[in-house]
Amino acid sequence: MTSATFSENFQPEQGSWKRYFSFNTDAKVIGIQYIVLAFFYFLIGGLLAMIIRGELITPASDLVDRSVYNGIYTMHGTIMLFLFIFPVLNGLNNLLIPTMIGAPDMAFPRLNAVAFWLVPIFGTLLISSFFVPGGPAYSGWWSFPPVSIQNPIGTFVNGQGLWITAVALSGVSSIMGAINFVTTILRMRAPGMGLFKMPIFCWTALAAQCLQLVGLPALTGGALMLLMDLSFGTSFYRAEGGGDPVLYQHFFWFYSHPAVYVIILPVFGIFSELFPVYSRKPLFGYVYVALASFIIDFLGLIVWVHHIFPSGVAQWMRNFFMFSTMLIAVPTGVKVFAWLGTIWRGKLRLTTPMLFCLGGLFNFVFAGITGIMLATVPIDIHVSNTYFVVGHFHYVIYGAAVMGIFAAIYHWFPKFTGRMPYEGLGKLHFALTFIGANLNFLPMHPLGLMGMPRRVSSYDPEFAFWNVLASLGAFLLGVSIIPFLLNMISSWVRGEKAPANPWNAIGLEWLLPSPPHEDNFGDFVPTVISRPYGYGSGLPLVENQAAYEQALKEN
Amino acid sequence: MALAISVVALVAASWWMGQQAYHWMPVQASTAAPLVDGLFSFETALGTFVFGAVVAVMLWVVVMHRADKYDESDAVPIEGNTRLEVIWTVIPLVVVMAIAVYAMRVNTTLGVLGPMEHIHMADAREEQGGFAGDRLPTEQVEVISRQWSWEFRYPQDHVSSSELHLAVDQPVTLRLVSEDVIHGFFIPAFRLKQDLIPGRAINFNITPTREGRYRLRDSQFSGTWFAANQADVVVESEETYKAWLKNAATQPLQPGLSDAVGQYEARKKLKNPGWATVPPAPPPQVNVPGSNTLPHDA
Repeated sequence: MTSATFSENFQPEQGSWKRYFSFNTDAKVIGIQYIVLAFFYFLIGGLLAMIIRGELITPASDLVDRSVYNGIYTMHGTIMLFLFIFPVLNGLNNLLIPTMIGAPDMAFPRLNAVAFWLVPIFGTLLISSFFVPGGPAYSGWWSFPPVSIQNPIGTFVNGQGLWITAVALSGVSSIMGAINFVTTILRMRAPGMGLFKMPIFCWTALAAQCLQLVGLPALTGGALMLLMDLSFGTSFYRAEGGGDPVLYQHFFWFYSHPAVYVIILPVFGIFSELFPVYSRKPLFGYVYVALASFIIDFLGLIVWVHHIFPSGVAQWMRNFFMFSTMLIAVPTGVKVFAWLGTIWRGKLRLTTPMLFCLGGLFNFVFAGITGIMLATVPIDIHVSNTYFVVGHFHYVIYGAAVMGIFAAIYHWFPKFTGRMPYEGLGKLHFALTFIGANLNFLPMHPLGLMGMPRRVSSYDPEFAFWNVLASLGAFLLGVSIIPFLLNMISSWVRGEKAPANPWNAIGLEWLLPSPPHEDNFGDFVPTVISRPYGYGSGLPLVENQAAYEQALKEN
Repeated sequence: MALAISVVALVAASWWMGQQAYHWMPVQASTAAPLVDGLFSFETALGTFVFGAVVAVMLWVVVMHRADKYDESDAVPIEGNTRLEVIWTVIPLVVVMAIAVYAMRVNTTLGVLGPMEHIHMADAREEQGGFAGDRLPTEQVEVISRQWSWEFRYPQDHVSSSELHLAVDQPVTLRLVSEDVIHGFFIPAFRLKQDLIPGRAINFNITPTREGRYRLRDSQFSGTWFAANQADVVVESEETYKAWLKNAATQPLQPGLSDAVGQYEARKKLKNPGWATVPPAPPPQVNVPGSNTLPHDA
């Protein structure tokens, strides 16, 4: 590579499609592998959601058997979290982190590929549980014992055992990924890119992956003990053997609450990247926004008990965890206000990614307010384990996180595929998603306040009206994915060829051709001289920026 | 001026939403309900204000600050404002801490209404009333949950029932016990909820305040017939309650309510009965079987 010229290094890659089915170590290939596979599982998880909402459109349990319903909602939650949202975010991390920081690849490329290939392995394991005698796990994605250790089929191989094994493997994959992302961000940044010249997406990814490293061992240990209780007759959680079922809840939520921040922090990063581009302004309060990620990290680790207030925790614990949970609203609010500051008096371009960001922010603010309500012990006592929580959670995960992920996909699609997405289909996708999500998840709040428990396959008739609305919203949300898939497939196959920087954005990745060369900048790694998001300032981001832009033009 | 009018309008709308919030809840049927509803109304009003303000700014920007069609230029590069950033850190901090202090006071009052901490079965002293003995009322009802039925026992009167009967305005201690998995004792009209943990007896105090028939729902997922694991709570005047107890004691024991048992038997006859399930516990033997189809207030 040392003999290559500056211009030659900027030849875009024309690889075969077969590389996406191979043990490839290029982070960009792995990123696309992650994202495409995640959406494959997203369709399966979404289909299960349609069955759930089909069952709940009438009060009676009349579409599927109750045990089948329980298996389906368990698998819906598990697939969406472990096979869709974590992998799709890992995909974005793979695409964006090395290119954003000027690294040729991830720090440990083979480990990266192994982490990815574990996903189809544990995904197959999990999906195969539909076909084992007795059906898949039926005790929810949180799998609280004693229900999760009952094993009514009595065989050693059973759906719950496969579920635990798959979740443990998911943890192994995520830890591999976390080690890689943290090392890459801390050790492989381009010259001149100090931490406070790093794009916010890298800050949020770093914060999220640090949480994985701290929290995941608790879940993995808790799950291992659950497997031993289920398969080997131990009594960690079995009350009749001296165990404590509530102990599992602590292990589980110690990780699984921070897991929400593992999901939402990178989405905050996406919002922070995209609002400046489509408002043509720098990110307002960059340093505050960056540091807020780590404050969220710290606080996120001491809030888990708010999930189990009705489990009989002492009054002082209720008060402590209520205070700590509420404090999270402060750094989160800092970010929201910073985004408002960014778009304020901007020159807004309502492209598809920008619409998804604005819609995601709208939903996230709503979710934040219901989140404060849930943190408040007396209200939580009433609405915990009701549809209010389901509504809140889906506003965060679908309303904000998935919307942010769609924004990211539309924004960086040209960079990594070399093709432009169709704007009309994108806007149709946004409109259907925004209306569908709100019609689906808003009615869940009155249902919860009225006292409808979550996880039920039938309900009293007074809940029917809001459930019909929620189901119609869910079906609309299901339909919304059609223009997205059409857009992605058709524009990737025959969309307009993408220039290097179609959005006129500032960032190292936009100094690369679309799609970038395998080792990104090769030997010509730029030296960063400015903070990101220099819209309107006229300052170049890197030394000798004109030469990079010229090289792109020549190719 | 326009800003002042907007703020006043938003405050009025928020206050109105706060009042509406009372109607989103079931009827208030316990001493806890007005406290919880008051807090919820307050948070709804505050939340409406914040949400309304943020969305108003977003809409304003989207309408007023759009780039012209051929305008490729950048906006004015404002990177930050320390004073503003400090203000919008401190104000939310003060607001959420104020909510937390208010909620803590309600929480403490709810704690006075009924201690909710665990009482371990192994500790006889605790089992007899423990730390809150001086506050315990005389009436005590045992609540036993199983996969998937509820049983309510009145040990002093030798009565067992599938319905929970309570006297209005009389504090009662419920001794919550689970015989298998975790269940959730949840009466929406009472705004109270408590998990039943296997291996522990939990004393739980409530005071109903409104006569009527209410639903008790299992709030903690308990397996296949979790959704059908419901029972009725009947709150009545003290005279009616005493008469019910007296009459119930004369009734012979008979199988109580258990939708799960009936559905399990029907399911076994199907060609394709679905995935594996834990067989339901036999229906409890009770003096009063109750009904699952009577109209209820909430």
